[in-house]
Amino acid sequence: MIEHSWTDRRGFIRKAGLLSLVASTFTLLPRLALAAWNKAAFDSKTLADAYQAMGVDAPKESADVQLLASDIAENGAVVPLQAVSKIPNTTQISFLVEKNPNMLAALFDLGPDTVADVTARIKMGQTSNVIALVKADGKFYTATKEIKVTLGGCGG
Amino acid sequence: MNRREFLHVLSTASAAGLTLSLKPALAEQSAEAVYDAPAFGNVSLLHITDCHAQLRPIYFREPSVNLGIGGMSGRAPHLVGDAFLKQFGIAAKSPLAYAFTCLDFERYAPVYGKVGGFAHLATLVKRLRATRPGALLLDGGDTWQGSGAALWTNGQDMVDAAKLLGVDIMTLHWECTYGQDRVKEVAEKDFAGHIEIVAQNIKTVDFGDAVFKPYTLRGVNGVKVAVIGQAFPYTPIANPRYMVADWTFGIQEDNMQKTVDAARAEGAQVVVVLSHNGMDVDLKMASRVRGVDAILGGHTHDGMPAPAVVENPGGKTLVTNAGSNGKFLGVLDFEVKAGRVADFRYRLLPVFANLLPADAEMDALIARSRAPFESKLNEKLAISEGLLYRRGNFNGSFDQLILDALRAEKDAEIALSPGFRWGTTVLPGEAVTRENLLDQTAITYPYVTMTNMSGAQIKQILEDVCDNLFNADPYYQQGGDMVRVGGMAYSCDPTEAMGRRIGDMSLDGKPIDAGKNYKVAGWAPVAEAAREAGGEPIWELVERHLRARKTIAPPKLDLPTLKNVDGNRGMIL
Repeated sequence: MIEHSWTDRRGFIRKAGLLSLVASTFTLLPRLALAAWNKAAFDSKTLADAYQAMGVDAPKESADVQLLASDIAENGAVVPLQAVSKIPNTTQISFLVEKNPNMLAALFDLGPDTVADVTARIKMGQTSNVIALVKADGKFYTATKEIKVTLGGCGG
Repeated sequence: MNRREFLHVLSTASAAGLTLSLKPALAEQSAEAVYDAPAFGNVSLLHITDCHAQLRPIYFREPSVNLGIGGMSGRAPHLVGDAFLKQFGIAAKSPLAYAFTCLDFERYAPVYGKVGGFAHLATLVKRLRATRPGALLLDGGDTWQGSGAALWTNGQDMVDAAKLLGVDIMTLHWECTYGQDRVKEVAEKDFAGHIEIVAQNIKTVDFGDAVFKPYTLRGVNGVKVAVIGQAFPYTPIANPRYMVADWTFGIQEDNMQKTVDAARAEGAQVVVVLSHNGMDVDLKMASRVRGVDAILGGHTHDGMPAPAVVENPGGKTLVTNAGSNGKFLGVLDFEVKAGRVADFRYRLLPVFANLLPADAEMDALIARSRAPFESKLNEKLAISEGLLYRRGNFNGSFDQLILDALRAEKDAEIALSPGFRWGTTVLPGEAVTRENLLDQTAITYPYVTMTNMSGAQIKQILEDVCDNLFNADPYYQQGGDMVRVGGMAYSCDPTEAMGRRIGDMSLDGKPIDAGKNYKVAGWAPVAEAAREAGGEPIWELVERHLRARKTIAPPKLDLPTLKNVDGNRGMIL
């Protein structure tokens, strides 16, 4: 039987039986991250505590840090975020959500020659400021964006 | 100066943002004068949007409350009544005043008659195409939803009518509530070779691949014209996400800029965005994205006789909005010289069913598509003593009827009904037919819900919806109206921040207790769980209510006490 409906990548991968292969490749990543797991930072309940645990001092808002995300989350349980840093020698990018029970949602340690462009899908309980925090040459820079989590319905 | 020249001056002046006071009695104008639209330039775009599946002529009352807050206060589109007439130089009591405002609606509706209808629209489109060879017909979406016949045919009646009308390009919103598979089916089968769906802001959830072409490039009289699609950014939020489970939307401003740049790089001499953002969002986008000649907008159902001219770092962008329910046809004529837009004319022509004869071919198609449902649609459910309409920021009399029915039939203390902007109007003394009722309720998730909600939860819902309407940043607005609230009194200060707009909540004169539970009836839930619970469709409940009463007295509107909006030109009290 010939299938003619490989209209998108999802369909192609499913039909080619590759989805499980892709998934198993990704499961390796968290284990790599474990090496540098900053438990105190991830357990922090306030922004000040998280910053302290991460050694953040006087972070500066910077136009060279871009935080790309929807203005309103389509689903608070899965909010896609992207952060891009144009600051040379960026070694770390984190996402923090001011109104989540635990501030720090994700932290990426970047090796040398790594493009400072990361994405994550995080969970948000309510409308909040989200911070992309960049570490470069030991200094910290941020971009902040409010992401609204709404009940939905009632559209025109 | 003869009448033809006079009207030409008028259209040029209003297009340039000037206002003229029109002294001659437009009421006396013939159809010829109303539709006197001399051709201009070498690229013409015809624009319809938000017809909400109204194939036959209807009545539609424009809002008496459409508040603009902060920077939008007193600015188009947030003008109603006399303020609207003054802004656009339209004579009071004229056919145009009847089409564009709610002023004396009950008096003039019988005089000037029904508006819209695809057979009458088809006649107008053909006339304009005769003087504008190569003109493209663009459909901004919300075409397949809004009537019983559209719901029962899964949007097929509208798909066929749009093809016969000669739509070239469209974008999406309510179409998606038939499910992503149905939209793809129409795009790939019915529309193939006829209508192209464009949307730069619909991507797959998994890899972010484009679901539709972001734009299409067409040659019009030797000029390359790019039409970029902008679907309603908040479709998975305002409507059930499960309908478009594999798609993600959003405004995607950066991608819009990239798309404009790509279209220009491909040689586009004219770039327009066919948008379902809503007008406030379009105005903000126009101020930030470079290289767009015009945004042809919809969603917020603002019939704007003249475009806004918005400055941005790349130049100027026109922003139009073409109303709703098939009332209007937008006509944008560009003069393109030396590879760029040099000048333009814009008109928003009302479709007066009495002034435009029905196109026979379209009329026959509509009759055929309605035939299986005709008797069911025409069934009379009750007589309405008052005017029944929906549109307005806080409530409408048809919504009040739905709220009253919900409370009575479900024995609820409080009723909530969504602030949709579609829904036709019934004149006093007329029968409310099943078709009229379905014009207000025909959606694919019509379930009635009964919930015990705490006072705190009710406040949260009101605050949440109110912020979708009045957030100072248009990018956070979803373009619907406020949820209609039956039984419970409250106050609203639109100028406040989220969480502080709603106050003085009370039921039967007693303050609402944040910790106490109340019986709340509603409908149109977006959660998947509500679909599985499978409540009664709202139209069955309201029909039962209407039949039992036979005659409906003019509904007394439950309205909030408004604060800090005195003198706002977006409100008539």
